[in-house]
Amino acid sequence: MNHVFAVRIGPVGFRVGSDWRAPIDTLADLYRDYPAPEDGIPDFSVRLFARRPWRRVLRPQVMIGGDYTIPDAAPLPLSLGLLAAEMGMNLQMALAQRRYLLLHASCIERDGRAILMTGESGAGKSTLAALMMARGWRLMGDEFALVEPETGLIYSFPRLVSLKNQSVGVVGEALRGARFGPWQRDTPKGDIRHLVPDGASIAAMAEPARAAAILFPAYGHAPDRREVAPGECFVRLTQASTNYVALGERGFDTLTRLVRDVPATAIDYPDAATACAMVEEFAA
Amino acid sequence: MSGVLLARTMRNPAQIATLDAAGWTALIGAARAEQMLGNLAHRLEGLAMPAAAARILADARASAGQGRIAALWEAEMARRALAPLGVPVVLLKGTAFVAAGLSAGAGRSIGDLDILVPHAVLDVVEHALLAAGWEWVKPDPYDDAYYRRWMHELPPLIHRSRDRMIDVHHTILPRTARPTPDAALLIADAMPLGNGLSVLSREDMLVHAAAHLFADGDLAGGLRNLWDIHCLLDEWDAPGFREHVSTRARHHGLGEAIARAMRLSDALYGAGAKLTAADRWFVRRVTGRDGWGVQRRKASEQAFYLRGHLLRMPPPMLARHLWTKWRKGYRPIG
Repeated sequence: MNHVFAVRIGPVGFRVGSDWRAPIDTLADLYRDYPAPEDGIPDFSVRLFARRPWRRVLRPQVMIGGDYTIPDAAPLPLSLGLLAAEMGMNLQMALAQRRYLLLHASCIERDGRAILMTGESGAGKSTLAALMMARGWRLMGDEFALVEPETGLIYSFPRLVSLKNQSVGVVGEALRGARFGPWQRDTPKGDIRHLVPDGASIAAMAEPARAAAILFPAYGHAPDRREVAPGECFVRLTQASTNYVALGERGFDTLTRLVRDVPATAIDYPDAATACAMVEEFAA
Repeated sequence: MSGVLLARTMRNPAQIATLDAAGWTALIGAARAEQMLGNLAHRLEGLAMPAAAARILADARASAGQGRIAALWEAEMARRALAPLGVPVVLLKGTAFVAAGLSAGAGRSIGDLDILVPHAVLDVVEHALLAAGWEWVKPDPYDDAYYRRWMHELPPLIHRSRDRMIDVHHTILPRTARPTPDAALLIADAMPLGNGLSVLSREDMLVHAAAHLFADGDLAGGLRNLWDIHCLLDEWDAPGFREHVSTRARHHGLGEAIARAMRLSDALYGAGAKLTAADRWFVRRVTGRDGWGVQRRKASEQAFYLRGHLLRMPPPMLARHLWTKWRKGYRPIG
């Protein structure tokens, strides 16, 4: 590939190769405070390439490839190159990560206590995680929480935080001076902007934490909280995991231990300030 | 080409001592692209290497271990569905390797379940599988009719709750191919595993691997198939064994395929072999991956795609077939 960028996010090394310079320059800038892959050997490779040679220049379209791919993925315009790279990295994790049980959840940490927040797209996982970071929590990740089967510890995966539509403004207000990537307009999920996690979250990204609470936030309701029994929590987390089935018995044991040891709560919230105050109650 | 690096490393694991970070990255990328990361991980187990590489390979071993469990379970599910019929059921390819405890199964990735049953019982087998929760994958009537009329297997079925495919074979080459293997003998000489299932005899297992590689298809996955063949030859190595295999292959009309399989697996993974000019084209084809795991020798890939189809069917039929598929929007490579 003509242009290459390599980075370590939490315990996972990536290299991204591209036919174009622009996405690589953007990645290198946004991830400039992150380390390189351990021993220079990435866990996964992502490729951004043109399906036909003329698509490099003529209405350039980015195909997302890599070690693991899904068939018939639609290309993106080059202006969404950053989004393509992020999707490619997420795809490798979702399809092929086998060292950790992967939960589709955002995660924050303070005093060694990690709080997992999971739910459907639109529940506010990423926004809440970013807002809690603004309140001094460590951001462990906005997309995947990594549970180590041997220990049950949560490992951090603090990639760029993908914020959508109005939440970009809300988080921008709360985090003055934060660094953002270029607007990624008119994506299938609306307008997206990527937020760089703060220095403390990046610096501590190799440190695992013990899970203290599992939250199922839901936006657009009067404030309410309800305990989620381990059985329900288990079923919801199997649905939130991309590799639960592939891990077989290890996945079952890991998830069983997690839902037995960690209390789970569904929280309904009408606005961001209320949500943050509710999450804060799980701090101790 | 990192396909060459992968073959060289499988032949001589000690040479990893010379790899730098870029070399490891290319090796792992090629192994993933060829679906051989599990094989590589087993081959390199216990050797000194950078921590990052050791971790990736340990994950691959764990993953292959889980894949083995899932493959054996799938075979057991098929056994239960078919046991009441009292017909012979022969496991093929990867599932056969792990069920029989062969070295070719160590770390091997296993996708579909492949079984062989007598042609006469295809209908009852199909109905028993449908009754046990398997469903059709190919809704296209042309594809369905094509499979039933010309192929060596039923159209693929997928299990609705386990999401795993089964390929039910009645012989080991398409009916349109020129050689006609002796399917009755394949089944008659199969080795029972003691649980109602069996695997092909040693000789036939090799003949099938060679048939799959050279007499059918475009050699995609060739490096892994040749590794299978290398492991099988190595496992049963004894005076006269190769001659038995060759005699058997000739009986099935696959003498040339097995001879080429032996030459290429010896050249890539064994003590070496004298290659013909044509053999070298095959080597180029199977080792054409770059450091990103991408197939670089496009012309060779296209040529072997066409060759694979020419072996499968006579030219007028091929022209008709490709035209039909093209109209339906199918594009082979690119």
